Amino acid sequence: MSNTENFVKELADKHGRKRESLMPILQEVIDARRYLSDETVVNIARELDMSAADVYGTASFYSFIETKEVGQYSIRLCKTIVCDMKGKEAILNAIEETLKIKIGQTTPDRKFSLSTTNCLGWCHKGPAMLINDEVFTELTPGKVIEILENYMNR
Amino acid sequence: METKQLSRVDLIFKPEGKEIELLKKKLNEDGDDFILELIDSGLKGRGGAGFLTGLKWKLAREAKADQKYVICNADEGEPGTFKDREILERVPRKVFTGMALCGHIVGATKGYIYLRAEYKYLAPKLKKCMADLNDEFKKIGLEFTLDIRYGSGAYVCGEETALIESMEGKRGEPRNKPPFPVTEGYLNKPTVVNNVETFVNTMIISEIGFKEYKKLGTDHSRGMKLFSISGDAVKEGIFELELGMSLADFVEEFGDGDTKAVQVGGASGFCVPRKKFKETIIGFEGIPTGGSMKIFNSSRSMYNVLHNYLDFFQEESCGQCTPCRVGCQQLLLGIEAVKRRERPSSYLDELMKLADTMKISAKCGLGQSVGNAFVSIIENFREEIVY
Ligand SMILES: Cc1cc2nc3c(=O)[nH]c(=O)nc-3n(C[C@H](O)[C@H](O)[C@H](O)COP(=O)(O)O)c2cc1C
Ligand code: SF4
Repeated sequence: MSNTENFVKELADKHGRKRESLMPILQEVIDARRYLSDETVVNIARELDMSAADVYGTASFYSFIETKEVGQYSIRLCKTIVCDMKGKEAILNAIEETLKIKIGQTTPDRKFSLSTTNCLGWCHKGPAMLINDEVFTELTPGKVIEILENYMNR
Repeated sequence: METKQLSRVDLIFKPEGKEIELLKKKLNEDGDDFILELIDSGLKGRGGAGFLTGLKWKLAREAKADQKYVICNADEGEPGTFKDREILERVPRKVFTGMALCGHIVGATKGYIYLRAEYKYLAPKLKKCMADLNDEFKKIGLEFTLDIRYGSGAYVCGEETALIESMEGKRGEPRNKPPFPVTEGYLNKPTVVNNVETFVNTMIISEIGFKEYKKLGTDHSRGMKLFSISGDAVKEGIFELELGMSLADFVEEFGDGDTKAVQVGGASGFCVPRKKFKETIIGFEGIPTGGSMKIFNSSRSMYNVLHNYLDFFQEESCGQCTPCRVGCQQLLLGIEAVKRRERPSSYLDELMKLADTMKISAKCGLGQSVGNAFVSIIENFREEIVY
């Protein structure tokens, strides 16, 4: 059995093989592997007795379930109005310059991906961003560079 | 119309401790009595739509089924809202015992909290709290277990039927209503979906009684509400206020002295310009809000505000129905074209008609409410959109 086959089987053992098991399985794939590969889609479909198209169609609906390869750390910068008013653009520039990538791109070492996202629920402490599940608020360009450097050394 | 002075309340974040005791007391009382109390209290849902909570529980209680569910909606995706996160951080036991109380009243043995992915950092603490409570429920003889499910970054999944679809492992596309979740919800079983803050309110009512609760707020808007205040404000953050105050009083307290407009209720709410602050009441008789209050001063461009909202809706529309899928896109492209002078300013009137059409023809609350911000911003700040 391939690595992925085993991995998906374990997830199905844990969460069940019903349709309502699908989201918890997809979410754990993201936690562990950051994105959903075609091979994983096919394996999940087999385990849950669904069509691969159905698995993919469901997964692709959700913005936090990546279906293209992304980096180990997904940076999601809030672009909703209050974070925008509080200087989101300067934060974005600082990230882009530090990592040398634009929105939608991944660093060549596959460590970071950058995207923007809708309201994170931190307007009163904006600008805010997520790196995977971790929240960072009241960002300044200096602060965001420091955070990124910290992650680079992980 | 009755208005209230702006006044602070401190009930929601009062320290935890009494929850199990309160729950135990309710186990020995008649469920129908509590339903009547809830209805009498006037409590309306705190998630935005404002349905009478007591009535929702009554309908679920009356539904016949071998299994029923209680779901706590912690998807909190409305731009500018962050009070549910604070509740879950500070007083999660109140939320969870509120769900258990609901389970007891309606006859559900299983409760789920649907937590947005953006709040996943809260999960370890919440899971621990749920595990402890599951044991405590058992000890007091209540058959009810709590579990957690997560969102994955989709605003529309806050809509209760989309949330249910998502929990069932499908795309988060809203269902046709009726049937409503109280009769056919999760796995087609009767399901109560309530907002995080609503569950806390039911516990407060069971503690202080509906008579005390009713003293807060106005005829149409009973109780207090958490407001998430952000933008050009002297004080930003979460504030618990009595419902029914005028927007003028609100701005006096929280604005920076140069407030041009307040967006009440998030991107799906209404934009109120300065000249209407006095006559606008915050509550179900005026402009209801799930809590989002965004304050803009005169340095802000309302074109940017509207553009930001339309970009949001255009991204978050589930795409299931045409008025919303195409409408959101066209509204966004339309104001851009007017700004670039590729269309005359009269084109805005065409777009307003489109927004009105979306209100009556879109399938769910998302598409139906895009027109709220759109029409209220264009009507009041037309020149900022054109020039
Ligand atoms: C697009 C859309 C998003 C929504 N998002 C939320 C949400 O994040 N949280 C919430 O409690 N209700 C949300 N609602 C309202 C729910 O559909 C539902 O009315 C609510 O959860 C019921 O609980 P309540 O009666 O306690 O307010 C949303 C509705 C729509 C149309
Ligand atoms: S109104 Fe928009 S979000 Fe709602 S069902 Fe239609 S397309 Fe989907």
